[in-house]
Amino acid sequence: MADDPLVIAGREFGSRLVLGTGGAANMSVLERALLASGTELTTVAIRRMDTGERTGVLDLLARHGIEPLPNTAGCRSAAEAVLTAQLAREALGTSWVKLEVVADDRTLLPDPIELLDAAEQLVDDGFTVLAYTNDDPVLARKLADAGCAAVMPLGSPIGTGLGIGNPHNIEMIVAEAPVPVILDAGIGTASEAALAMELGCDGVLLASAVTRADDPPRMAEAMRLGVAAGRHARLSGRIPKRFWAQASSPDPD
Amino acid sequence: MTVFVNGERRELPEGATLAGLLEQWGVPPSGVAVAVDGAVVTRASWAATTLSDGVAVEVLTAVQGG
Repeated sequence: MADDPLVIAGREFGSRLVLGTGGAANMSVLERALLASGTELTTVAIRRMDTGERTGVLDLLARHGIEPLPNTAGCRSAAEAVLTAQLAREALGTSWVKLEVVADDRTLLPDPIELLDAAEQLVDDGFTVLAYTNDDPVLARKLADAGCAAVMPLGSPIGTGLGIGNPHNIEMIVAEAPVPVILDAGIGTASEAALAMELGCDGVLLASAVTRADDPPRMAEAMRLGVAAGRHARLSGRIPKRFWAQASSPDPD
Repeated sequence: MTVFVNGERRELPEGATLAGLLEQWGVPPSGVAVAVDGAVVTRASWAATTLSDGVAVEVLTAVQGG
């Protein structure tokens, strides 16, 4: 899809699949999965460092020209998320951030109040904010109005693999969003990634579905193909659904 | 004086700088961010940042996630 790039904040990506790096058993598996996925943008988390040791994930991404997208995973308040984004900017030299402010550990659902507050503060501070959000069209609109560069509604809660629980909401978000919509969280298998694209999303972000699969590189390939298939289908103009059959062969003579 | 680095106690001489502490700690040349008492201190300011008793220094980097 080289002629159909994903454009976020003026920057073009040939791949519409954003991969997360969390959950991989080891660096070798992660590396093969990243390459099989064709991703050009990949999330990393910001955590305390052990004495004098780099974790190697940055070196891995740099080696393959994959852009790291720091997230604010684990943050529960706007203040925590803003500080984490500022630390990520200092550590990685990027002003891009996947903003994630969750309400509790059990659901890992975004806290809408803290999320919007953090988004406003980070946009004011010059960040390019990609906001992980609920599948709520109103909140998505407010995040876009606040200046977020992309809105990333969940299909279902992080790590559940339950797919897209409310496809109609995702379609409403797509219909109104002035910025790219990236389906983030809940994808379990390739058909769900394809569905996200068929619903009109501009991209898909997933991690667990690949990194926790029995064969992560192969699932990464499946996701690459699923996203591409869904995108082609979206742009092709699907047939309307009909109640009764319509023959596709000529009538018998 | 006592400072806390990623939650661990460390004894430092009076007037110790952030740059000195991090050098001793073995911080790599890139991919790292530091906060002192919850505020980011950019790498360019490490040498000029004098630590005081009881401060919390956080040293962070990118790990797999998300």
